[in-house]
Amino acid sequence: MSVAIGAPAPTFTLPDTDGTPTPLHNGDSAATVVVFTCNHCPYALAWHNRLQAVARDYLPRGVRVLQINANDAERYPHDSPAAMAERVNAGEFAGPYLHDSSQEVARAWGAAVTPDVYVLDSEGEIVYHGAPDADHTDESLDAEWLREALDDVLAERPVARAETTPVGCSIKWLS
Amino acid sequence: MPTIELLYWDGCPSHPEALRDLRGALDELGHPELEVALVEIVTEEQATEQAFVGSPTLRIDGVDPLPPPADEPPSLTCRVYRLRDGRYSPTPDPADLRDALRRLLPTSIQEA
Repeated sequence: MSVAIGAPAPTFTLPDTDGTPTPLHNGDSAATVVVFTCNHCPYALAWHNRLQAVARDYLPRGVRVLQINANDAERYPHDSPAAMAERVNAGEFAGPYLHDSSQEVARAWGAAVTPDVYVLDSEGEIVYHGAPDADHTDESLDAEWLREALDDVLAERPVARAETTPVGCSIKWLS
Repeated sequence: MPTIELLYWDGCPSHPEALRDLRGALDELGHPELEVALVEIVTEEQATEQAFVGSPTLRIDGVDPLPPPADEPPSLTCRVYRLRDGRYSPTPDPADLRDALRRLLPTSIQEA
């Protein structure tokens, strides 16, 4: 069960691909986007560039984007820390790419698929949960649901479309 | 008649779309009568036995017409395809499907 809209987001500190502990809250974000994603899911890959564009476009407006890989890296070596670092070093990520090796964060948030997108307001409450946009195959949609949610929260309006259905590969849970 | 199988894992939502594309390709090639057997892969043991590298996987008489990289390990996962324009996709490019069916369906069937 995913954390409800309006509820405070469960806090965490996770290592990035350099091993640097990265907290959910850094104290000065106007909004935070948390995306549960991974390296080897066609849905996550199809939406990946749209999500990086959001990270770049909204950084000047004080939005922080954290991407988290919670997949079982032992059974799915494509999701190993080394494979994550390879993608980061290749410049594929526009923000920190964090490793949730125990899957405690994914479980606490109720994340189910990749990509699974959450938006938090400046108080750390969840104001959007769902997919980046309506169709992983249509790049022209440009993560519009996520962008609309960010525009609403940055304008201090209620998020008009607070919940959509995340679509993607199931998170690969530890057995 | 050729054996056409669509292997899938229920943790990936792409097999209905893959089946629709496959049926569409068979229709386009004039063979709506050919049956597609859906084969669910449930356990990692089954994935290993079937050399199943992800969902969905098409087999025609046991041959994968869109073979994965040789070092791709068997696993319960979504399979990553590339469309002809380079985009990532959870399902094969429909044009690749049509070409594969033209290539792998027995000549006697194609000429029927």
